[in-house]
Amino acid sequence: MDFFLSADVTTSTKLLEVLYIVIGLVAVYAGVKNLFDKGNPARFGTAVFWVCLGVACSLGRFLPPAAIGVLVFVMCIPAVLQRVKPGSTKAPTTDEMVGNYEKIGSKIFIPALSMGVFALVFGICGLLFPKSFTLSALIGTGLGVLFSIIFLMLKNKQNKPLTFLNDAERFLSITGPLCMLPTLLSILGSVFTTAGVGETIASIVGNFIPEGNLVIAVIIYCIGMMLFTMIMGNAFAAITVLTVGIGAPFILAYGANPVAVGMLALTCGFCGTLCTPMAANFNIIPVAILEMKDKFGVIKNQIIPALFMIVFQIIMMLILM
Amino acid sequence: MQYLNLLGILVVIVGFALKLDSFLIIIVATAVTAVIANIDIVTLLETCGSVFVANRSMLIFIIVMLATGTLERNGLKQAAANLISKIKGATPGALIGAYGVIRAIFGAFNVGIGGIAGFVRPVLIPMTEGAIESKGDEVNEEHLEQVKGMASGIENISWFFCQVLVVGGSGALLVQSTLKGLGYEVALIDLALVEIPVAIVAVGFACAYYFLKDKKLIKKYYNKGGK
Repeated sequence: MDFFLSADVTTSTKLLEVLYIVIGLVAVYAGVKNLFDKGNPARFGTAVFWVCLGVACSLGRFLPPAAIGVLVFVMCIPAVLQRVKPGSTKAPTTDEMVGNYEKIGSKIFIPALSMGVFALVFGICGLLFPKSFTLSALIGTGLGVLFSIIFLMLKNKQNKPLTFLNDAERFLSITGPLCMLPTLLSILGSVFTTAGVGETIASIVGNFIPEGNLVIAVIIYCIGMMLFTMIMGNAFAAITVLTVGIGAPFILAYGANPVAVGMLALTCGFCGTLCTPMAANFNIIPVAILEMKDKFGVIKNQIIPALFMIVFQIIMMLILM
Repeated sequence: MQYLNLLGILVVIVGFALKLDSFLIIIVATAVTAVIANIDIVTLLETCGSVFVANRSMLIFIIVMLATGTLERNGLKQAAANLISKIKGATPGALIGAYGVIRAIFGAFNVGIGGIAGFVRPVLIPMTEGAIESKGDEVNEEHLEQVKGMASGIENISWFFCQVLVVGGSGALLVQSTLKGLGYEVALIDLALVEIPVAIVAVGFACAYYFLKDKKLIKKYYNKGGK
């Protein structure tokens, strides 16, 4: 409680902490609901995963780091053992969706866009008034969600608080443990940095990049992102490794703009995602869902846009840095 | 043996390439790297904990889910389909482009409208078939196969390059935390702004490419002029 009453902590930090507590509670709800759900084939593992995630998120600021570390480790166990599964959820029927659409109509776009609009407005305000406006874009997202919920409850009396919680649980269960992947990759990245992995890659790649030649460094970094992503099927894993190993020592160290270099590298990785069967959920699963004959039918339609975009982004990075 | 600390990267590459469980790969890579670098177990747990807490912003999507599921329940998909159907005299390529633009706009505001299973298969593909039949043609199998491929392509391209416009989206958060670890502080709004030209060019190029490709395919398979 001291934290929330303390005058030394900014309102923005306090609100963000409230947001994390709410997020944690949603995850804990998902865990408890699945624990008592007879329709879930892995009740215990699913509950362990979501409850650990929820507790670690809610109490992150108040527990010692080692305790959070233990929670992170414990939540990985059921995930590795494939014991995190969706339970019995009540997906909306087509009749229900059509019926509600007839009631609400195109006004449904208002709550749908509100989360992004709030985040954007808060972000822009922070940019324009860096001193007086300290609420972050993330708090904007949170308020946008609150606005959506109120809007939907007013427009349709059938939307009860529990409806939102159960629908959130349904979507969390669809996403499953993979939602923790970015966080785990950051942990891996930080261990890589401690172990000096970046320096080692830099010393190898350094043999190919003439000292201080930013043009060649940018080309290698961008194409490297694309190729690494194609091998691993995941741009998030590639960006951690290559930014530490190539982006930082060969481009950023020479005073390049970290915003353009770091962010464009990620979307260069996405060009790789478009070209690889490794990214099965984007390129192979649609083939099955749409009952296509050619296993590579999706990838073949994506190669030309991907090649165009990698060239465009290399040029853009060279101009902006 | 200065290259020994690359073993963790090797684990990641081989692991993902063999399609092993992502959690297992990352845990093994972390453990291997920690052992090589002489990081003891308590320090490792503390690192895990503090990196998790510092990156809790990546869990922001959970709060968004409080709204997305119920939005679907209240007819968002139907509203989007209605919007696309307003295009008059549409070819499959035009419908795919319209879907791409709408998907992109919603993607930039962090809202999904169903994806392949929820929208493309039940709504978009039947609409393209209807568009072909409305001109008095029978749907050609090979053309439909290409239409499906292009619809999946626009789905992926719009989603990939527009989700990065979300201020505080998961990709930007990962870039921010990676740069922070290297000593560079960047604002989320700047990360989103730099992607605006990328998103517009990506979606614009893909729409134009699919539209023209479809036009060529229609000529090839239905041969309007010959009748």
